Amino acid sequence: MIAETGHFALVLALAVAIVQASVPLAGARRGKMAWMAVAGPATILQFLFIAISFAALTHGYITSDFSLMNVASNSHTEKPLLYKIAGVWGNHEGSLLLWVTILALFGMAVTMFGRNLPPGLKARALAVQAMISIGFLLFLLLTSNPFVRVDPPPFDGNGLNPMLQDPGLALHPPMLYLGYVGFSMAFSFAIAALLEGRVDAAWARWVRPWTLAAWVLLTGGIVLGSWWAYYTLGWGGWWYWDPVENASFMPWLVGTALLHSAIVVEKRDALKSWTILLAIITFGFSLLGTFLVRSGVLTSVHAFATDPARGVFILLLLVVAVGGSLALYAARAPSMKLGGLFSPLSREGSLLFNNVLMSTGAATVLLGTLYPLISDAFDLGKISVGPPFFNSVFLPLMVPMVLVMALAPMMSWKRGDLGGVLGRLKIVAVISVLVAAATWQLQGGSAGPWWSAAGLGLAAWLGLGTLADLADRIRLFQAPVQAPFRAFALPRSTWGMMVAHFGLAVFIVGLTASSAWTTEKVQTQKIGETISIAGYQVTLKGIEQVPGPNYIARRGTFEIARNGTVIAEMYPEKRAYRNPPRPITTAAIRSGITGDLYVVIGDPDGKEGGEAGYVTRLYFNPCIPWLWAGGLLLMLGGLISLADRRHRIGAPARASRSSAA
Amino acid sequence: MRLLALCALLLGLNAATPALAVNPDEMLKDPAQEARARELGRELRCVVCQNQSIDDSDADLARDLRLIVRERIDKGDTDNDVRRFLVERYGDYVLLKPPFKQTTLALWLGPPVLLLVGAGMVALFYRRRRRTSVPPAVEVPLTPEEQRRLDRLMKETGQ
Repeated sequence: MIAETGHFALVLALAVAIVQASVPLAGARRGKMAWMAVAGPATILQFLFIAISFAALTHGYITSDFSLMNVASNSHTEKPLLYKIAGVWGNHEGSLLLWVTILALFGMAVTMFGRNLPPGLKARALAVQAMISIGFLLFLLLTSNPFVRVDPPPFDGNGLNPMLQDPGLALHPPMLYLGYVGFSMAFSFAIAALLEGRVDAAWARWVRPWTLAAWVLLTGGIVLGSWWAYYTLGWGGWWYWDPVENASFMPWLVGTALLHSAIVVEKRDALKSWTILLAIITFGFSLLGTFLVRSGVLTSVHAFATDPARGVFILLLLVVAVGGSLALYAARAPSMKLGGLFSPLSREGSLLFNNVLMSTGAATVLLGTLYPLISDAFDLGKISVGPPFFNSVFLPLMVPMVLVMALAPMMSWKRGDLGGVLGRLKIVAVISVLVAAATWQLQGGSAGPWWSAAGLGLAAWLGLGTLADLADRIRLFQAPVQAPFRAFALPRSTWGMMVAHFGLAVFIVGLTASSAWTTEKVQTQKIGETISIAGYQVTLKGIEQVPGPNYIARRGTFEIARNGTVIAEMYPEKRAYRNPPRPITTAAIRSGITGDLYVVIGDPDGKEGGEAGYVTRLYFNPCIPWLWAGGLLLMLGGLISLADRRHRIGAPARASRSSAA
Repeated sequence: MRLLALCALLLGLNAATPALAVNPDEMLKDPAQEARARELGRELRCVVCQNQSIDDSDADLARDLRLIVRERIDKGDTDNDVRRFLVERYGDYVLLKPPFKQTTLALWLGPPVLLLVGAGMVALFYRRRRRTSVPPAVEVPLTPEEQRRLDRLMKETGQ
């Protein structure tokens, strides 16, 4: 009964969405306030219905209602409660339901926080939002209904893939979706602006917080996913350029570009049409990501062809949304007035420069992700495009981007003085070169990879460049006494930018060091035997069987010593899950500022019982915590910027703006 | 099982099983040779897996491929010989870095071409802006009224 209520609520939500997509739009066209006002209550009603539906499915999972096909094939009574709940979105149908729930949540947020939005813009944006909602609700109801019953219900469920039974992973999809769906707001506002035919600084000011919030969440989702991969996959890697990872990385790249070009619209009233295009493309990439992941097209083009219903539906959705909005863009953009002038050597110019690099980067990732599919579909032969391709093509694009990132905030708007900025960064440049040289020296020249020196030099350039900018702004060296007050008076958006840029520098250190100097020891280790790695002595003390809630673990006890003194014990596990039966390695990680000691226990070697010892893998992954710290700083920067005064007090009323212009 | 593997994939994750690849019993005696084998292993795809290199995968086939790589290295093959040997057997599919040839032209040349197109569009944008924009106005001195307003504003902001 509860499940049927959930199903019915979805149908009702669809009906509300249809109203929300049409009435306010017509109202905005004819200038009827009452029609436009329908959008507000509609978003709340729509969220309410979808929330009921989501709650109904969650109820099914918590109570292990196996008469629901979705629950039966993805849950199990033995599973801990957290993973029963996380199981709601741990499958195709449920994750789509989460998608529309978040979409509806964002729609409602516009109604609640967007009181001072001009009614026309608000009505149109919410109507566009409702159109996206209609697409996804139809997708759910027609091809992916989570409330299908099975008769007779099975005695117990199939269980959730044990790899997904992990706290990091329970949170990963919701965060990623909050990011994806958050970009739909920028999209809806962009389409609304195109329909209205007006893009101005006030528009950018409304769009920016939404984009920023989406970007922070997407960043969090990606970092969480990488962190999970790092500690579960059992060999210290954290990014694989896997198509599904790329699917989340592409919207992140264009979203970052959008974030920055929206600043130019807000401050300088320029790059308007480019920003609108980016908003469309960012959401397009979010939809594409959903398509790639949901349609099964990644597994194989042929798998997609044999069961195409879902894939075709999303593809259609993608074509309609992106094609339709690009057509609208093509029709309306040329009539948009060109905004403020600027020279290529200016802050706008550098932002545009990096925008181009970011977009090319996103296009490169797209090409690499889709090429195997294209190649297969057009009979050009089956090929693989993996990490070596992306590393050699994508990373070089990011080098000039990071170089400019340190300069851009110091350039003035409109016409910058590159010579002056470079002069101020002279010392930073010298130190960066010294860092690179020292890195080269310390790794023993060509004993390490050539790019490690470049990577750390680049990180120093960006990190110190950002600090130099801060020192400049607060006049640290000219008037050190007043400097703290000046620092306090800096706008939060400036602080946010600095924290985020500095975060990227920290991230680059982690990326470079962990890729360049990971050390690894793989061997059969007997109980009592000591292996040395990166200055640590790792002794296998014992092995025991430990029961978990729905698995049995083989747990190794390792004693870690440094220069003969014992400093820690580590307990890696290899778990055998029951439902479904699957082995999972849980690495033991000891993090320090210089890096992670990473210990994995494997199978007994040779004879049963392990008299000959166990296969153990020991890694020292340098600077891995810097990666996570960098990711967190990026998010923190976004949050600080989100707390900026101008977002809190809201945008000025549009009427006064346009009369002033 | 396939469905579950797909779930992992659907969630935006690598559908990899825990990767416990290279085992001690497979490894070559000579550390330099073993290092080469590892390096090669990272570039070779486990052809039955979901986007995993033979170095990361614990599939049987990946193990077979790792052993082949080591056997070839032991026999004195260069890295390129090993790659060629595997491509003959499994096709280009086995290489995670696709070779540069006619069918992959678009893949390898796409990014630089896109960058050039982007740069070209930006250049065009600047040129068009310059041409369509009004020539920079001659500096007109402020009227006394404007000067007074400016002074007042400057005083207000405390500059």
